[in-house]
Amino acid sequence: MAQLIQIREPGKDPLAETGDAPVAVGIDLGTTNSVVAVGTEAGAEVIRDDNGEALVPSVVAYAADGSAVVGELARRLMLDRPDVVVGSIKRLMGRGLADLKTLAGVLPYDVEPQAEGASGMVRITVAGRRLTPVEVSAEILKALRDRAEQHLGRAVGKAVVTVPAYFDDAARTATKDAARLAGLEVLRLVNEPTAAALAYGLDEGAEGLYAIYDLGGGTFDISLLRMEKGVFQVLATGGDAALGGDDLDHAVAETFLAERKTRLGEEETLTSADVKMALMSARLAKECLSTQTTGSWVIDAGGRQTNHSLSRDALEAVIEPFVARTVGICREVLADAGVTPEQVKGVVLVGGSTRVPLVRRQVGDFFGTRPLAHIDPDEVVAVGAALQARALTAGSETLLLDVTPLSLGIETMGGLVEKIIPRNTPIPVAKAQEFTTYQDGQSAMAIHVLQGEREMAEQCRSLARFELHAIPSMAAGAARIRVTFAVDADGLLTVSAAEQTTGVEQEVAVKPSYGLSEDEMANMLYESMAHAGDDMVRRLLAEARVEARRVQLAVAAALNVDGDLLVEGEHELINDAMAALDAAIAGEDRDAIGARVEDLEKATRAFAERRMDRGIREALRGRGVDELAPASPPEAEG
Amino acid sequence: MNEAEATAAGGGAISTCWSCRGPVAGDSIFCATCGAVQPPADVDHFARLDLTPTFDVDADSLDRGYFDAQRRLHPDRFATRTPRERAFSQLQAVSLNEAYETLKDPLRRADYLVTLKGGEVAPEGCSLVNEQELLHEVMERREELAEADSVAAVEALEAAASDDFGRCIAALSTAFACDDLPAAARLTTRMRYLGKYIEECRSRRTRLGRHT
Ligand SMILES: [Zn+2]
Repeated sequence: MAQLIQIREPGKDPLAETGDAPVAVGIDLGTTNSVVAVGTEAGAEVIRDDNGEALVPSVVAYAADGSAVVGELARRLMLDRPDVVVGSIKRLMGRGLADLKTLAGVLPYDVEPQAEGASGMVRITVAGRRLTPVEVSAEILKALRDRAEQHLGRAVGKAVVTVPAYFDDAARTATKDAARLAGLEVLRLVNEPTAAALAYGLDEGAEGLYAIYDLGGGTFDISLLRMEKGVFQVLATGGDAALGGDDLDHAVAETFLAERKTRLGEEETLTSADVKMALMSARLAKECLSTQTTGSWVIDAGGRQTNHSLSRDALEAVIEPFVARTVGICREVLADAGVTPEQVKGVVLVGGSTRVPLVRRQVGDFFGTRPLAHIDPDEVVAVGAALQARALTAGSETLLLDVTPLSLGIETMGGLVEKIIPRNTPIPVAKAQEFTTYQDGQSAMAIHVLQGEREMAEQCRSLARFELHAIPSMAAGAARIRVTFAVDADGLLTVSAAEQTTGVEQEVAVKPSYGLSEDEMANMLYESMAHAGDDMVRRLLAEARVEARRVQLAVAAALNVDGDLLVEGEHELINDAMAALDAAIAGEDRDAIGARVEDLEKATRAFAERRMDRGIREALRGRGVDELAPASPPEAEG
Repeated sequence: MNEAEATAAGGGAISTCWSCRGPVAGDSIFCATCGAVQPPADVDHFARLDLTPTFDVDADSLDRGYFDAQRRLHPDRFATRTPRERAFSQLQAVSLNEAYETLKDPLRRADYLVTLKGGEVAPEGCSLVNEQELLHEVMERREELAEADSVAAVEALEAAASDDFGRCIAALSTAFACDDLPAAARLTTRMRYLGKYIEECRSRRTRLGRHT
């Protein structure tokens, strides 16, 4: 009887193989520049513009009507119309007002004071509009998505987006929110150094212990990985989420501005436009001095010009403290992992700032080996992200095992932090902690979640606060509330809680300290995209189809193995329900799919019960269920 | 009915596959019928990584067991699957990481194995009444460390402690082989203190190194 049942050939998924299934890309969303790449059969292709340029400046200019221009054009507007242009927005992702570093007392952003009741995320004013860093980043992601769609000639709906390994939970969440706003489903957030390692490991067949030194525009990461036969195991990671090539520019700009003050003999009031101008000159100086030994640059502000000359030696004296800090962090990460520099087989350079000769020299000296930079340091992260995007959608034998960069803990008595998940723990990870009440009849309890290595709560980064409500009335210390902290493969934290003595699940309403609330996010989705609703509907429909196919395959497998248990007329009923579900899947109505799934489950209920009865009978007779049929691992869907 | 469970005479429990709703052995990772990933079974860390429960875990076999299991169960393998399959894969990967982290570290492994075999390692600070000797040793070492004022001096203390730590591992191997649980528990407590002390040496060394 079983052979009469139609079973779809494994791996043949009619929807996945049509040309209009959205493609998954890899995106390196950088502080200064961003890159998009796409995985191919052969490897990965970096997507370039007509001039062969892969780098898209992470700069957004806003027109009066609110429309945005991203990239080179926006960067060129930076000097003439600084009031409508934003750059280096990644530095503000998941940040609060207190985190912002000022240059000569002026920020290169016009920052809004925090509004009452709004989340702690910074808001800036550009072109008269109040924007969050999430919205600005979403514009950059949209531009990268457009670039990929134009190049590929098909829709791009999913992406692997990279983040600095040292990004905390708030910054990771902000990045994921930005992708959502840009209409991209994030398949995975991958740490930038891990993505670079993937590119090197797969392209170059690197094996052994490698360090990835990643000095981006606004962040510094160092990761230590063990690579072997398709396994990329991160052993330890460290860094500074507020130290990057930008800081070198800031240091040089400050030197120029100090010189200017002496020369002009008076204090001037700098506008944020003047600061942007000084930063631009400083960046040019840094880049020129990577190849030349001396040069001079002009600062033009308030109608007065000053000329500033700088030699490479003088530049190196200015930036040396920053480079020394990165090497110090390398030393700590190696010590953490119990590894000496001699044991490290190679060190890979990532990020445009690693072109600075002083950086190469000091990194080479520390590791005692010539740093590797033969995959373009500006493109290697996007290449790794694209390889991972393909691995996630098309299947792969490669395994990426990453860790948490920062310890997670909660505030306890006296403002101390109790660590729950230590840094460098492999992810995904979940740890549970039991709490109890300290007063009779206490019905609520507040918990403060922190990230960082310091002992005092105020020195760590506040991630979220939440309250446990409706704790059953008991004597002090009698309630047992088990709170589970889980970090998923994206490095994102979720919290759940249950009261142990009664088994009541507790509602956990987490208020992120620096993130957007669900309401704010919903508003943004609504305002920013007229078709956001369509996107959501399409995604839910896709999910319903995947779930429906899962049910069909499960029924087909069961019929194949236990078909002899069917009674007269039963398989026709099941076949009818299968066919009805097929028709629903081919349609566009999500509710219809759900209803047909339920029908199919109803049609197979008695059959399933008979299967269970037989399984239990055979188990009691001492015959294992697994002997009934060969075990088969799941096949990745195409 | 869905939660049906039975214990087989010669094997483990039978439970219901969440996906095809047929019978599945309680310790299966995938359903033998429909291939769906199952929630993690309630097995010990050794069984989870396909290792024999012994203190003398070979680092290579541990890595191999862990990588093989992660290759099949890591959430990256389930990125395009249904939310439920993704959730179970995450739970499986969490259990694998927990097992790997526990068995990789000799101290945590010893601690775990003592508990698994029904013994008890005294929690920190509780056993000192019965461990006068250990208490003395720890205090003496701490004093020496406080007085060490050069990187070289700290390194010498750290090396001595590391040697002792290594000897504990060797002694534990014997204790577990002879099923001498009280000895294993005692050694585990000593190892915990040594491990902490080595940590302190390390941070003192870093501090001294930074200032010179
Ligand atoms: Zn099944």
